[in-house]
Amino acid sequence: MDEARIARRASSPRLWLAGGWLLLALLAAIFAPLVAPQDPLAQDLMLERLPPFWLDGAEPGYWLGTDSLGRDLLSRLIFGGRIAFIVAFAAATSACLIGSALGLIAGYFGGWADRIISRIVDVWMAFPPVLFAILLVAVLGTGLSSVILAIAIIDWTRFCRVIRAEAMSQARMDYVESARIAGYGRIGIMLREVLPNVLPSVVALLSLEMGIAVIVEAILSFVNLSISTDDPTWGSIIAEGRLSIHQAWWVLVFPLITLILTVLSFSQFGEALKARFDPVLR
Amino acid sequence: MSACLDICELSAVLPNGQRVLRSVSLSVQPGEVRALVGESGAGKTMIGKAVLGVLPKSVRVVEGEMLIEGEDLGRLDAKARRNLIGARTALIPQDPLTALNPSRRIGAQMTDRLVRILGWSGERADQRIRQLLDEVQIRDPERVLKSYPHELSGGLRQRVLIAAAFAAEPRLIVADEPTTALDVTVQKQILRLIAQLQREHGTAILFVTHDLGVVAKISQKVSVLYAGKVVEEAETAQLFAAPQHAYTRALIAATPRYTDPYASLKPVDESVLAGLTAEIAAADNDWRPGHG
Repeated sequence: MDEARIARRASSPRLWLAGGWLLLALLAAIFAPLVAPQDPLAQDLMLERLPPFWLDGAEPGYWLGTDSLGRDLLSRLIFGGRIAFIVAFAAATSACLIGSALGLIAGYFGGWADRIISRIVDVWMAFPPVLFAILLVAVLGTGLSSVILAIAIIDWTRFCRVIRAEAMSQARMDYVESARIAGYGRIGIMLREVLPNVLPSVVALLSLEMGIAVIVEAILSFVNLSISTDDPTWGSIIAEGRLSIHQAWWVLVFPLITLILTVLSFSQFGEALKARFDPVLR
Repeated sequence: MSACLDICELSAVLPNGQRVLRSVSLSVQPGEVRALVGESGAGKTMIGKAVLGVLPKSVRVVEGEMLIEGEDLGRLDAKARRNLIGARTALIPQDPLTALNPSRRIGAQMTDRLVRILGWSGERADQRIRQLLDEVQIRDPERVLKSYPHELSGGLRQRVLIAAAFAAEPRLIVADEPTTALDVTVQKQILRLIAQLQREHGTAILFVTHDLGVVAKISQKVSVLYAGKVVEEAETAQLFAAPQHAYTRALIAATPRYTDPYASLKPVDESVLAGLTAEIAAADNDWRPGHG
């Protein structure tokens, strides 16, 4: 009992720090028009490459400075968060649903179902993921829904592999055998006995995958294959920042920090949630 | 009146053709405790699994019949067999650590089966479970019902599993080494509990164990198993008083005695095993599936 309690305490600061950042970023993204100090698209060449607020030459109202077209960096980051979060939630959830369902079936039923699903996963994972994503978006056309679809199509295998392994070890447990003896159907056992025990892993993976989706979206924006409108995304801001790194390092550094914090928070939040949800660790 | 469980000439093989059960016959009368004793690997657990319809996929039954209260399991389709086994049998498993679902509360797990399989109302199931928890001498049922399995000790979990096994009033319980995973001090209590509930409920038990001490305490009849073959079958008292087969005698001699703890442990004699192995090999040569 004591060990469990220590584990719970240890997971708490992680949970609150990661969750806090995510909540802050999420709220800022949702209420972007109210929160953002400037119009993220407004250009003003008189204000180009203003430094962040603590450096000489900063203008009030432009906290993190401006880019080479004089657009406010903080406002662009806040609006970019909208796309980052939409992609994170939609893509990760779709990947999770497809991958977990197939993994559960493969792991629990075994036999032919497992052989077929596992071979598909093997073939899938032979493609380099980022190239696969670029290829998919090139085929599907740019735009928000293609990006989401591409990430879901590529990343379901992550869920499938992990959940398959977990379902397999659960299926060998005595309580599954007891349920079979009691006369439960196979699908009932899968949903009632096996699924609750793999759920903590699903939650952790889901959160991790949201972080990965944010990165993939940023990469696609970086190579100009994400959504093709003028809306700022973290990846496109990074791409622009790269060009002016010697004159205005902040245009590159702040979106990178935002990206890293968000991705890290997603993975830490997932781990902490898993520790919370898992009845044995709890 | 038909036997509670009747196994007739049951043989099973692995994919490589190796026999794991060799024409096993045994029966358990209503209300009787039949011990199934043997070394590890003798196939005793396999018999239990065969009765409960949960043999591993790799093990194939090639001949023989199993009847539960006169109903031939082989003649029923999969669904009817599952329903029959679900309604009339139960398992007391070996390892209380893995036999309960770690992510569900004890109460939900115990009532679930009564409600879903037997169609009881939630209230009736709940009452029944409380009654059984009382019978296995759990003093704070409220706490236990609300607990997750990992919050209970091994002995307590085994009590819960015993209560769950008896809850649906099965005719036959397969107890698969139910005390092996427990502390020696707890073993005795658990054994006494099983014996007591068995008497009160009049349930037949197929008691799988490797421990002759346990056999002597709990069973009326014994089948001694070696390499998937029943080598001797007798009333328990008679088996200990006058074992007929050389292997049984060797097994009894090999049991450690608490009265003489400094005596060296005697392994089963090599010559006895050699004789048995030859006997079984000879029988295997004559054996064809379907003509056993």
